[in-house]
Amino acid sequence: MPKRTDLKSVLVLGSGPIQIGQACEFDYSGTQALKALREEGIRTILLNSNPASIMTDPGRADATYIEPLTLAVLEKVIEAEQPDAILPTVGGQTALNLAMEAHESGLLERTGVMLIGAQPEAINRGEDRQLFKALMDDLGLETCRGGFAHNMGEARDLLKLTGFPAIIRPSFTLGGSGGGIAYNVDEFETIVARGLDLSPTKQVLIEESILGWKEFELEVVRDLDDNVEVICSIENLDPMGIHTGDSITVAPALTLTDPEYQRMRDAALAVIRAVGVETGGSNIQFALEPETSRIIVIEMNPRVSRSSALASKATGFPIAWVATKLALGYRLWELPNAITRMTKAAFEPVLDYVVVKIPRFTFEKFPQAEKVLGTQMKSVGEVMSLGRSFQEALQKAVRSLEEGHKGISGALEGKLDLGRLKEHLLIPGPQRIFWVYHALKAGHSVEELHRLTKITPWFLREIEEIVVLEGRLRSFPVDRLPEELLEKAKRAGFADDQIAVFCSGTEAEVAARREALGLRPAYKRVDTCAGEFQAETPYLYGTWEDHSEAEPTDRPKAIVLGSGPNRIGQGVEFDCCCVQAVEAIRASGVEAILINCNPETVSTDFDTSDRLYFEPLTYEHVKAVVDREAAGGKLLGVFAQFGGQTPLKLASPLHAAGVKLLGTPLHAILDAEDRERFGQALRRLDIPAPAWGMATSYEQAKDIAQRLNYPVMVRPSFVLGGRAMAVVFDDAGLEKYMREAVAVSNDQPILLDRFLDGAQELDIDVVCDGEQVVIAGLLAHIEEAGIHSGDSYAVIPALGVPEDILETVRGYARKLALDLGVRGLMNLQFAVKDGIAYCLEANPRASRTVPFVSKATGMDWAGVAARIGLGQSLKQQGVTDGVARAVSVKGVVFPFAKFPGVDPVLGPEMKSTGEVMGIGEGFGEAYAKALLAAGIPLPLSGTVFLTVNDRDKARLPELAQKLVALGFGLCATEGTARTLETAGLKVRKIFKVNEGRPNAVDLLKNGEVQWVINTPLGRDAFFDESAIRREALRLKIPCLTNLSAALAACEAVETLRGEMKVRAIQTLI
Amino acid sequence: MHAHLILKDGTIFRGRAPLGFGGGGEAVFTTAMAGYQEVLTDPSFAGQMVCMTFPEQGIYGIHADLNEGTRPWATGLLCRRLTFAPDHARSEGDLAGWLKRHHIPVMSDLDTRALTQHLRDQGSQPSLIWTELDGSLDAGVAKARALPDMTGQALCAEVSCKDRYELNPGGAFRVAVLDGGIKLSILRQLEAVGLHLEVFPWDAPATELAAKRFHGLFLSNGPGDPAALPGMQKEVEACIGKLPIFGICLGHQLLGQAFGGRTFKLKFGHRGANQPVHDLMTGRIEITAQNHGFAVDEASLPKEIEVTHKHLSDGTVEGLRHTKLPIFSLQHHPEASPGPHDAHPAFQRFVDLLQEVHHA
Repeated sequence: MPKRTDLKSVLVLGSGPIQIGQACEFDYSGTQALKALREEGIRTILLNSNPASIMTDPGRADATYIEPLTLAVLEKVIEAEQPDAILPTVGGQTALNLAMEAHESGLLERTGVMLIGAQPEAINRGEDRQLFKALMDDLGLETCRGGFAHNMGEARDLLKLTGFPAIIRPSFTLGGSGGGIAYNVDEFETIVARGLDLSPTKQVLIEESILGWKEFELEVVRDLDDNVEVICSIENLDPMGIHTGDSITVAPALTLTDPEYQRMRDAALAVIRAVGVETGGSNIQFALEPETSRIIVIEMNPRVSRSSALASKATGFPIAWVATKLALGYRLWELPNAITRMTKAAFEPVLDYVVVKIPRFTFEKFPQAEKVLGTQMKSVGEVMSLGRSFQEALQKAVRSLEEGHKGISGALEGKLDLGRLKEHLLIPGPQRIFWVYHALKAGHSVEELHRLTKITPWFLREIEEIVVLEGRLRSFPVDRLPEELLEKAKRAGFADDQIAVFCSGTEAEVAARREALGLRPAYKRVDTCAGEFQAETPYLYGTWEDHSEAEPTDRPKAIVLGSGPNRIGQGVEFDCCCVQAVEAIRASGVEAILINCNPETVSTDFDTSDRLYFEPLTYEHVKAVVDREAAGGKLLGVFAQFGGQTPLKLASPLHAAGVKLLGTPLHAILDAEDRERFGQALRRLDIPAPAWGMATSYEQAKDIAQRLNYPVMVRPSFVLGGRAMAVVFDDAGLEKYMREAVAVSNDQPILLDRFLDGAQELDIDVVCDGEQVVIAGLLAHIEEAGIHSGDSYAVIPALGVPEDILETVRGYARKLALDLGVRGLMNLQFAVKDGIAYCLEANPRASRTVPFVSKATGMDWAGVAARIGLGQSLKQQGVTDGVARAVSVKGVVFPFAKFPGVDPVLGPEMKSTGEVMGIGEGFGEAYAKALLAAGIPLPLSGTVFLTVNDRDKARLPELAQKLVALGFGLCATEGTARTLETAGLKVRKIFKVNEGRPNAVDLLKNGEVQWVINTPLGRDAFFDESAIRREALRLKIPCLTNLSAALAACEAVETLRGEMKVRAIQTLI
Repeated sequence: MHAHLILKDGTIFRGRAPLGFGGGGEAVFTTAMAGYQEVLTDPSFAGQMVCMTFPEQGIYGIHADLNEGTRPWATGLLCRRLTFAPDHARSEGDLAGWLKRHHIPVMSDLDTRALTQHLRDQGSQPSLIWTELDGSLDAGVAKARALPDMTGQALCAEVSCKDRYELNPGGAFRVAVLDGGIKLSILRQLEAVGLHLEVFPWDAPATELAAKRFHGLFLSNGPGDPAALPGMQKEVEACIGKLPIFGICLGHQLLGQAFGGRTFKLKFGHRGANQPVHDLMTGRIEITAQNHGFAVDEASLPKEIEVTHKHLSDGTVEGLRHTKLPIFSLQHHPEASPGPHDAHPAFQRFVDLLQEVHHA
């Protein structure tokens, strides 16, 4: 049966900004879906608000709408494009929810647009837990005891059925958000109340605990002929009780007998058929009680999911691409297996390696958050690794996390308080695997650890074997390491630098010993079929075997280093840069070779590059690939400027090993990164910079601070994403900071910069070929200085900043790029105060803003930089300064809702997980859309609650007058109210939280306030303010913590009251 | 103990022999990721050393209910890693210990992927696990070169039952089962659909198999080269037209020959739990378990024989049906074990056929 012929155009819904629970896996799936559609000659339309993604690059779809994912916008896009169908299954929960909204509102029916991939009825059956549970009963499949509650009374009744601990999950929330495990009545009532509140349907599921059971996932695809196949099985090393996104997982399922696995497979097939997902992929989760092999169905996702991305990378089977083809009517047996080419997509992939995924957490960004894992997802990214044993894959994955561990062995050595072992094993936190390792090392038995953690003993025994190997390694100096032991250690995933620590040597010495014994890594192909068929796939991983399959070609080639796991400060935008670079390299007739370890990304799709090495981004692994590829000759070099800070850190050791860096040379990188050397360059070029100093003690810091004048910006040197960065206003604040920061910085010096209070910040991205400098984009921040650039809203063109200042900044950027010797991209940050532009910092690489700037100017700037690295000048490329054809605002989203108890306030430390883009004719429209896309729908009327700090009081009347002119009522606490009354404005005075009732929080709860504008007053008012901000966050009342942003928002409100327009970015270029 | 795997073509792979002894057999690979015990006890693997392409083996140990035969019939296990301390609530022992008890050699620490690719490209072939104790490598190579090929080997006598026995008396239909090395799960499936079984040794004559008391005949799987079994072939041929017949694997090949077709050796066979079979009658795909090194040549079949199933990857025959007589056969294993249950309905199809013939 060939594909259906009635579809000429399809609208793909993206997933919006990166959030916890919904990350760049949907950039991968959306990009594959667009490719699959275009191959069929179908006109593709994309709606996605995320500018950092590859899929929103203009070449990926015929019409790309970077607009908020709301019903109103969807309606306008449908009006403008008249698509035949919508594909809602590749954009995560966001896309699915929007499609359901469109269905329920009658929009689909009214416009005659159909859904393909999954029908509303099937989506409902899969997503609505009540329907799903009933369906499972019909199939004779077991689910947990329990049921649904819509109020506390019903919840208490269910508790009688389930007992403690009880599991609570709100319906229809992202990543299980708002759920939890209750061990007592108090916890139960708190979690149920929160869940009822967060669930859009005011419904929570309350179930018996199956904590400690084994947890599995099956990735299933189905076609219109009801052919169903399992693409991959995944086993969670962390048993039931921890969200699967936060669990360490392995593929395939390792500890099941075939009958156990087949029972699960039979159940999975029955589930997808009964739910009625017509075509495409679904993910079905199971729990298995080890003693009895009793199997329980947990849930299913009737769409491509994070696990589908993992399964695709783990097997080589492109689930999203296949799912899209199936949605077009193809049958599985008609589609080629893209890997083997000789066989078909109708088969079940088999692995001849073990895959380990480990989530990446960022609890360090939210110190107030409890470091405990449960049913609500908290990780922000993940790494995957492949090895020929579980041990090897585990150690490679740990190393890939980039948290400073060389492997599981040796990680956090001497840093864990073994006295608290039991508590950390019993209550799972983000570092439990390391506690397990140290417990085994301290002689605790596998049986004891199993009792405490419920981790399947097999995994514990494998880890114990690593402990034993570490002990054996420790008894040899490097030069006497026996060949057999060294080979065994390498096969168990030990890295050279890890062994070096145990054998009191250096990484180079271990590498030399290894070479002398002839031990070199081999590369194996990921081929979906365990070698049964010949495969030419360019998807490889390194291991320790005798036969290597990476046959280097004799064509010219270049290596691009990826950006590793997503984390706050380094996310999908760097993957976007890597992919742009890879495509530019390939288009230049040079083979592009990519190294990365993030399974969620487009860069790790097997057909993105000419060859993909799925390996940790460490010196040893990268150097081994370089050696292998260089063996064929014509390796031009390595690009370290596209993957953020990760590859940049490798530039020095690679350079030292004689590897050629393409693009910006090492000396220029160091000139820009090293504070002292950069300071010299600024002085040499006569570019102003805030006064600064470096201190290693409080006394030293105090002297410097007094010289600079408070406030000062403090931070440890060499950090990413503003980690541990703060503005301090006095000695007391400085002392406290110095006390706490020393723990973070490992005795590295602390940088103190004069803080330019109230300054206007600018971000500029430039490209330089050594002769010429081109400005890619110049952005003005909307919030004033003090908020991390990654957390700031920003606008291009840089509206509101005088042209002469902009020209000065452009001039500085040009001078610096030429002087430092940049070849490729560089990002600079400036702060403008009193008409003077101060240079704050330089990043000699593609920056976070490059993808946004690319979308705003219609140019693949990372591609331009890659071509420079290959020797094509800007002139040859015909590239000139980027021109923004419309006003574009970059907005950001924060994970505060996932961390109850954390104060949702911004500062110099980056906290956002993702970005959005609003495009408009004027600033108001663009800003309004950016806010909307970030989930902050500004109110069009009502009352605004204002509290501002003294520094902001001068500008307060201007804001208040604008609000009044827009028809808003004002209310404020004492101090702010006085300022307003002095300015002649009418304001309702209310109490602070600790002053009396009704207070600000009461008003929020009663729905009397529609908008909160609160600029932080400092530590004294902390309790009061954070209570207000948290309440606003909970009630989804927009809360702006910055006066400049609030002023800008007034403009946005005006726009929102009018007709909103949508435009495809292709029409702007 | 250090050891080498030496193939007949002279190729050598290094590894270890953890049980301290070597052995020999035709080196074949299976891509089934779980199910080592079912594979090793499957009588169809008699005379073969099985390379498990999945690198971690033995994790869940040995289970009383996972045997497909009375003992391990494979003559060796070739793998990358072996778990010595298994982990499962119902495990009764570890894989290595079990193999040692049955004196089946193991080779571990082997680059199984390289071996698999070699067998894929050069074909399955006789091989030796040659330990340090077995002498020089040259001697091993010489010995390997002299090993007989699987083609022409008749192995049914070794694995078949010696005496007739009965199962599930009282079942709706009485069926004769010709045991060429039958898997226990096939017997379980035939029982599960309510058949009364009388199982005959491999050399049972047609007069017994097609005796009046039988409503149908089942031809089992089995090891070796079907072309080397002219005796069985003749008896099967003599049964055609006398009663409904269902054959699996070797049984399917014997039917193919009995119809006048030929069988041939596949280069490296189909062995795994992920093999896609196209059901030409429904147009749908079944993911099946397979274990065969020989196949029926479609071009050699007479016109009254219809090909009902084909392997999706190479188009080889996976199922046959006689257009006039109540006879059908499958090359793949509907009982799976190890493998997916997609093809399970084949057993009911046999019952339906019996019903049609006897109640019409």
